[in-house]
Amino acid sequence: MSDNSLNNIRILIAKPGLDGHDRGAKVVARALRDAGFEVIYTGLRQTPEMIVESAIQEDVDAIGLSLLSGAHMTIFPRVRKLMDENGLEDVILFGGGIISESDAKILKEQYGVAGVFGPGTLMSTIIDFLKDELRKRGKLPPEETPAPENNDQAQEA
Amino acid sequence: MNTTLPEATELVERLLAGDRRALARAITRVENGGPVGEAILAQLYPRTGHAHIVGITGPPGAGKSTLVNALTKVFRERDKRVAIVAIDPTSPFSGGALLGDRIRMRDHTGDAGVFIRSMATRGSLGGLARATGDVVSVLDAAGFDLIFIETVGAGQVEVDIAREAHTTIVIEVPGLGDDVQSIKAGLLEIADIFVVNKADHPDATRVIRTLRMMLDLGHPRSAWNIPILPTVATRGEGVPEVADAIEAHRRYLEESGEWQTRVRLRAENEFERILRRELVARLRRRLPPGEYERTLDEITRRGIDPYTAAHRLLEG
Repeated sequence: MSDNSLNNIRILIAKPGLDGHDRGAKVVARALRDAGFEVIYTGLRQTPEMIVESAIQEDVDAIGLSLLSGAHMTIFPRVRKLMDENGLEDVILFGGGIISESDAKILKEQYGVAGVFGPGTLMSTIIDFLKDELRKRGKLPPEETPAPENNDQAQEA
Repeated sequence: MNTTLPEATELVERLLAGDRRALARAITRVENGGPVGEAILAQLYPRTGHAHIVGITGPPGAGKSTLVNALTKVFRERDKRVAIVAIDPTSPFSGGALLGDRIRMRDHTGDAGVFIRSMATRGSLGGLARATGDVVSVLDAAGFDLIFIETVGAGQVEVDIAREAHTTIVIEVPGLGDDVQSIKAGLLEIADIFVVNKADHPDATRVIRTLRMMLDLGHPRSAWNIPILPTVATRGEGVPEVADAIEAHRRYLEESGEWQTRVRLRAENEFERILRRELVARLRRRLPPGEYERTLDEITRRGIDPYTAAHRLLEG
């Protein structure tokens, strides 16, 4: 189920905003660990400044944000701006939560959010997405690795 | 080894100029091992040796991260630059890790005098990651005055920290087992400072009394009188006193000459570890292809014992 080539890949999972619903973030963090990633989990009520500073210090390959508060159209652009200012262009930005398709489209097209995942997304979908993005950036070897058999549902991802 | 690898030189120059991204990337290179990491260490090594390395260990949930966070606040008020290396375990099954120490270290955003790095153990036991010492060296060279190493939630044998740090703080909390737990070998013997956290718990005075008794029973290892300090780390209570004890311990180490002893011990430790790894790697390169695996098969089949096999490989 796990993949050794992922063991040195580091992913920050953060929960910005003021609501306390961190179950989705925890489920994703746990599933990514089980897939073999090193996951830095920063917990609740993270500001964009805190998130980007943590991402710099931890030298992560990806930042995943869990957003259920409806603030995604404020938070993602702010995180993207701080990432650009700090030279984190190579870091994958992705997220999940209650985000409408039209908002997701804008986030992807205008703010470089590489993936947006709604409730009910299979964990294997998120893991495959991350592997693809890592390969695009040359951080994983190009050859196809067998997809992990993980059918856990990401509730409130 | 080629010490002029351009990536290493560039990262070193940038991190010495205070670039935090370069510092973070240098730590990654060192942590992952390989020629760039080695070249970075080679260039930084002459600049190390200034930081006071403080290890913090204790059982899971004792309040290690909370205490480190509170101590960092106190030392920032005293104008010290503080780095934190927070270690959590790698899953032995997936090789992945969930590093959650930052959850309790969130008061230092925007402060360039604080740098926090989470590390996974990546298969090493003893409460530290293999590359802990190397990562500490990078932070030392980057000019941090104090470097906290927070170990994996440790039980009784995870005492590697005492070989890595100048000052070792052991956190105890009320409500964990009987008196004999603390007489057993292990954490009792490595503490330079004891902290009894959650001291607002009714049982805390009993824990302090028991620890004091256990310390008085043993033979003193040195002239340093091991303090036992109560704290409520979540509220910052008792934390300035712990900071005072850390500073007093450094003065003691320097005045008694023990600083040099510990530094030499740490160097020896590290040197031996590197030599061992390098020797095994060289031996394996020298062996005919498949010889190592064939020997391992033989040992597994009980066809030869591992001692005889080791001698045969080395002498063959």
